[in-house]
Amino acid sequence: MRYLPLTETDREDMLARIGVTDVDALFSDVPNGKLLKEPLDLPRAKGELEVERILGKMSSKNTAAGSVPFFVGAGAYKHHVPATVDHLIQRSEFLTSYTPYQPEIAQGTLQYLFEFQTQVAALTGMEVANASMYDGSTGTAEAVLMAHRVTRRRKAVLSGGLHPHYTQVVETLSEMANDEVVALKPDIRATEDILAAIDDSVSCVVVQSPDVFGNLRDLKPIADKAHAHGALLIAVFTEVVSLGAVTPPGAQDADIVVGEGQSIGNALNFGGPYVGLFAAKSKYIRQMPGRLCGETVDADGRRGFVLTLSTREQHIRRDKATSNICTNSGLCVLAFTIHMTLLGQAGLTRLAEVNHANAVKLADALSGVKGAEILTESFFNEFTVKLAKPAAEVAEALAARGILAGVPVSRLLPGAGLDDLLIVANTEVNTDEDRAAFVAALAEVL
Amino acid sequence: MLNRQGRPSQAGEASAEVHETFTGNRALQQIEPLIFEIGHHETTGVDIDKPAPFKSRLGKHARQGEIGLPGLSEPETMRHYVRLSQKNYGIDTGLFPLGSCTMKHNARLNEKVARLPGFSDVHPLQPTSTVPGALDVMLELARYLMTLTGMPAVALSPKAGAHGEACGMMAIKAAIAAKGEGATRTVVLVPESAHGTNPATAALIGFSVKAVPARPDGTVAVEDVKALLGPDVAAIMLTNPNTCGIFEPQIVEIAAAMHEAGAYFYCDGANFNAIVGKARPGDLGVDAMHINLHKTFSTPHGGGGPGAGPVVLSERLAPYAPVPFIHVEGGKSRLVEHKADAPEGSDPFGRMTAFHGQMGMYVRALAYMLSHGADGMKQASEDAVLNANYIRAGLADLMSLPFPDHPSMHEALFDDEWLKGTGVTTLDFAKAMIDEGYHPMTVYFPLVVHGAMLIEPTESESKASLDLFIATLRDLAIAAKGNDKSRFTAAPHHAPMRRLDETRAARQPVLKWEKPAPVKEAAE
Repeated sequence: MRYLPLTETDREDMLARIGVTDVDALFSDVPNGKLLKEPLDLPRAKGELEVERILGKMSSKNTAAGSVPFFVGAGAYKHHVPATVDHLIQRSEFLTSYTPYQPEIAQGTLQYLFEFQTQVAALTGMEVANASMYDGSTGTAEAVLMAHRVTRRRKAVLSGGLHPHYTQVVETLSEMANDEVVALKPDIRATEDILAAIDDSVSCVVVQSPDVFGNLRDLKPIADKAHAHGALLIAVFTEVVSLGAVTPPGAQDADIVVGEGQSIGNALNFGGPYVGLFAAKSKYIRQMPGRLCGETVDADGRRGFVLTLSTREQHIRRDKATSNICTNSGLCVLAFTIHMTLLGQAGLTRLAEVNHANAVKLADALSGVKGAEILTESFFNEFTVKLAKPAAEVAEALAARGILAGVPVSRLLPGAGLDDLLIVANTEVNTDEDRAAFVAALAEVL
Repeated sequence: MLNRQGRPSQAGEASAEVHETFTGNRALQQIEPLIFEIGHHETTGVDIDKPAPFKSRLGKHARQGEIGLPGLSEPETMRHYVRLSQKNYGIDTGLFPLGSCTMKHNARLNEKVARLPGFSDVHPLQPTSTVPGALDVMLELARYLMTLTGMPAVALSPKAGAHGEACGMMAIKAAIAAKGEGATRTVVLVPESAHGTNPATAALIGFSVKAVPARPDGTVAVEDVKALLGPDVAAIMLTNPNTCGIFEPQIVEIAAAMHEAGAYFYCDGANFNAIVGKARPGDLGVDAMHINLHKTFSTPHGGGGPGAGPVVLSERLAPYAPVPFIHVEGGKSRLVEHKADAPEGSDPFGRMTAFHGQMGMYVRALAYMLSHGADGMKQASEDAVLNANYIRAGLADLMSLPFPDHPSMHEALFDDEWLKGTGVTTLDFAKAMIDEGYHPMTVYFPLVVHGAMLIEPTESESKASLDLFIATLRDLAIAAKGNDKSRFTAAPHHAPMRRLDETRAARQPVLKWEKPAPVKEAAE
């Protein structure tokens, strides 16, 4: 077996050195009869070529986003990732290192975490950011728990524009922890009266912008009302590229900001691994979940970085910890921060501009199709279209024509009576030809 | 003095002097500033054409003012991160004996297949009719995990070990609630030796935690568990093999006691690498166990993630598995994404995460499993256990074993009894290992052992590698017991950095780069 260096002779010599004759003697604590005698019912070892063939075959059964006109978003987005990113994250010293518990030989990881935290803070307009969460959805649930700790209240209000999966993740965790959740009904056009739901019993209001339907939302009035009642505003985004074009949540007085960072540096990966961005006002750092990297000096007085404020964390605080999170999204953070470093604010601003321009072009073109109506007033790179036929059927019909058109709202919210809505995303990867093909095929299908 | 190749093996007198360099660099060890100190706001390493003029639909939401982030050109970016990488230690650098973390070889085949466009470039919400191969991967991974553990169900979606723990404990909570005992069964038993995530997880989802004392031999005794059992107990969270590297000898009795008391057995599967193909948790009475794909099944640790934490479930918990999952009926598979969509007999407790979990990790883990096969995985476990015991045998006369009565599984645990009176601590010893070119073992964990040193070599090491490691640790141990204190207390001497001031970092937290205030020109 190519991954196992010991030879039979080695094994015999080593057993002799240990003083046993058989490796099973080392398994003597396994209760009687529980040590397997027969090999399990699974195939035997395979060479590299064979494994590649098997997985290659499975892979080729899927339609890759890059092989078709592609407009699917709703929480994960197809963007172009520079070749430099994937090369660098595969360097051995990054790929095969552990969480930087020994900082003297992990400054590479620690420095990029520090740079990442700075980038996320700048992007979101917040004072501090942590070293990542698993993804945007779990980060949102953690933000709600954090708000409960800060306010000592246990009721969260979720906007109807929040991604339904995020809503469900918050609901699941809250139900288990006996916390209250008020989830407002799906809010297609950003017209809900969320202010009316805020009172002195509320711990936090969770609002996504751009929301799952694509609407850009005004957060400042919500922040003001929340603060007047001693509650926090948790601002969420699933498309981080939007921060290159829109007012960041920090400038609208959000208390905690959570986002999905997949768009920068990371592939679609059928939903994971992704990277959760998590930022807050600095007065709340001791209530934050997850790892934090901080600056310090070494014994020679040179600048260096370490994981810090770990008295918040599970390995020290156990059942009093701010979260149970341990492993986070290290390598996805690295991909994010390298791509972000390549972009800089100049590149991100331009990238965002192109995304928006493409989306506007598509919206204009689609609104000319009979049986399609754009519902979203102000948007970034995604909007909702009302169709004359059920959106799931339309998406299937378009997939059969080689176009992946978007996400039917019924996929996220079945039984909500929103079957005629399609969420359509458009990024820098889409060409005029892609858009023309989509518009023509939609006209045919409708 | 010349070596056998005729090259000088000792530094000459002149070269022994330390020369300060102009740059502060030391050859391959380069001082690397932060991107904020290198880059400029107008620089970018990505060329994107400006779009033709268009009418914005951002409305009043358009960003005012700049972001405040520098960019780097592509060559500068490349150099920055390559230099940073050179300050890191990875498995590919050398032996990485971090106990409980299973730092085994990360095959590049797994990286290659995970990047096939059919896996990496598919969207979680594109029509399921366009991703049959992705569902195949999930089904095949599930089949392997169920077979290896002897469990009838698995929830794939948890994002990492601790998330898997939460998933398993939520399934237990849901099962208890379904029996109408939600209000009464609120206590979870956690051994003192457990990893911190266990009590943190139990607390996260609203249980209170009661500690099970550790026995002097490093195991959990069934009578200690029984003494704590009552109608208020929901579950025990027990790691097996445990955090002391011992297979819990009474695990079957403990499981039976839990079940008899109407409670559940959550097994922390962090140490599954010791027993894959040797013993099945399903045969031991386990109700739920997470599997760290980034430990046992070699998906890369990546400097702290991403991981993946699928949870295998017993018959009693299987109905409560969260969405999404794949339901197979009559040879047809269907992705179930909503509670309302669940097949009969299934009552999902909710959703752990957006989308379907860590697909990128599923592919890598499956590539590992296919490569090893049933025979290779069993051999890997045996080699992992053999390697740990070989190290233990090589060091036991110099270093002290807190639990000599049990063989070690895949990790050997030492305490600091043998360092008493030397003035050298476990941390000092660990830092001296850095100078010798090794990543230190896990230190001060488990907490039940004073000055713990937990060594897990994994099956990836050759005998020659283990022999050099043992010889090195023996040399260090002898030096520590001799009078060579400065080799330890001031270590590391040769790392890119000397010991870092963690107290300062925590007392005056600096968590991001701030533009330095302009320096006033000194008056002439």
